[in-house]
Amino acid sequence: MGLELYLDLISQPCRAVYIFAKKNGIPFELRTVELLKGQHHSDAFAQVNPLKKVPALKDGDFTLAESVAILLYLCRKYEVPDHWYPQDLQARARVDEYLAWQHTALRNSCTRAMWQKMMFPVFLGEQVPPETLASTLAELERCLQLLEDKFLKDQDFLAGPHISVADLVAITELMHPVSAGCQVFKSRPKLAAWRQRVEAAVGKDLFQEAHAVVMKAKDLPPADSAIKEKLKPSVQVLLQ
Amino acid sequence: MWPPPPAPEPGSSPLSTESPENSCCCENSGLPGLMTTPSETRSSRMRVLGLGWRGPTGTEPGPGAQAAYRLRFRTCWLWLVGVPDTCLSMGLELYLDLLSASCRAVYIFARKNNIPFDFQFVDLLKGHHHSKEYIKINPLKKVPSLKDGKFVLSESVAILFYLCRKYSTPSHWYPPDLHTRARVDEFMAWQHTAIQMPMSRILWIKMLIPMITGEEVPDEKVEQMLAEVKNSMQLFEEKFLQDKMFISGDHISLADVVALVEMMQRGQELEGRPGTGRRTQHFSVSQP
Repeated sequence: MGLELYLDLISQPCRAVYIFAKKNGIPFELRTVELLKGQHHSDAFAQVNPLKKVPALKDGDFTLAESVAILLYLCRKYEVPDHWYPQDLQARARVDEYLAWQHTALRNSCTRAMWQKMMFPVFLGEQVPPETLASTLAELERCLQLLEDKFLKDQDFLAGPHISVADLVAITELMHPVSAGCQVFKSRPKLAAWRQRVEAAVGKDLFQEAHAVVMKAKDLPPADSAIKEKLKPSVQVLLQ
Repeated sequence: MWPPPPAPEPGSSPLSTESPENSCCCENSGLPGLMTTPSETRSSRMRVLGLGWRGPTGTEPGPGAQAAYRLRFRTCWLWLVGVPDTCLSMGLELYLDLLSASCRAVYIFARKNNIPFDFQFVDLLKGHHHSKEYIKINPLKKVPSLKDGKFVLSESVAILFYLCRKYSTPSHWYPPDLHTRARVDEFMAWQHTAIQMPMSRILWIKMLIPMITGEEVPDEKVEQMLAEVKNSMQLFEEKFLQDKMFISGDHISLADVVALVEMMQRGQELEGRPGTGRRTQHFSVSQP
């Protein structure tokens, strides 16, 4: 068995790993783990990732969790072009800095925005208090401002003149609230221009392919009560 | 230019023998190389670091508790005490407040590897991280930050990797083997949301906000976060540490430093977990 990637493309970090592997021609078996059916809680998947999250990687007997770790592993094992994770000390530090910051900043606010605006009302049939949603969207705005001012600045990409794994991680995050109807790029021409550059560097077809699932999430039929019971405990935290 | 902190008190010793009444042994023992604040604040820092007396205010630690605190402090200190004091040097600047676990990770790593740096104290309790001067250095308004000539870097994980590479530290800190390195990366990524975020919230809610505002925060908020942390500690033992000596295998790495500083922040919740007790001992005996 070769490289296996356990993914659900509704998830931001899964999309980043998917795009990266495809763009670099890394051969892998796609193992879909349907989050909305609670498949990540199965015993079989726990063998691959006891943290019960996607993405996960299985390379022979070696298993690995965490999208950032997976991206760096693929970078090294498949000796991808340098710009994805540059050798230069300071350029690499910039990528590391973004990859560290985003966990508790952009990731948090993008996930909450998408779930509170769309998934809770549409899929789970649960209304979210307007003040909760407003607070989440304000936090998202704050993170987007930091993304522009601190990371992107006047550069073409987040870590400098060339696309890196940091850009993949960021763009897939931003597409999450976009899928829920948030106009993330409308009032931010700098980010909109960066998005065009990232899409062009990745390839429009691959970009759209990776985002097909999440962009259709708004058309999902409401979940049945069995699914609701299964998912509610783990998604309640997204209402805080 | 960030104001330089005051020099350490003369005659201070890292290891005191008897505790003064009503205080922990650490209270009057400045840590050489640690740029100090007035002793009152330092003793409160020691308490927050989990190295001080944590009983009800106005009570004395009993002899057993005193011995336990001395052991904890010495265990941590012995691991550091072999390092010469090469703290003071122009060039690399580290903006730190050792109240913060991520600052402690960077501090320990730099000291352990004899990386010369200027300790620039950013007083979180005084809100210095929100000052105009500091925002120019790190617009994310967080510590730690690194300044190396004109190059400025935030995020402790990024700083640790940068120091590893620039100063060519021994390879066990960030092993070159593909799988072993991936294990370190995996933990470093996971800990942001699983450990660092809830631990940092507990620190602010349980200690820092009451200290600054005088207001207590409802216990339920803390209970919820403690439950999160306990769950993460369970995962840490079962998935990351398992039966190994260290996270990546037989040798200490960056992952262990990052893990340990978080656990030392709220020591009492984690006592009684055999894995964490074992790793603290390994820290004290395994380093030359």
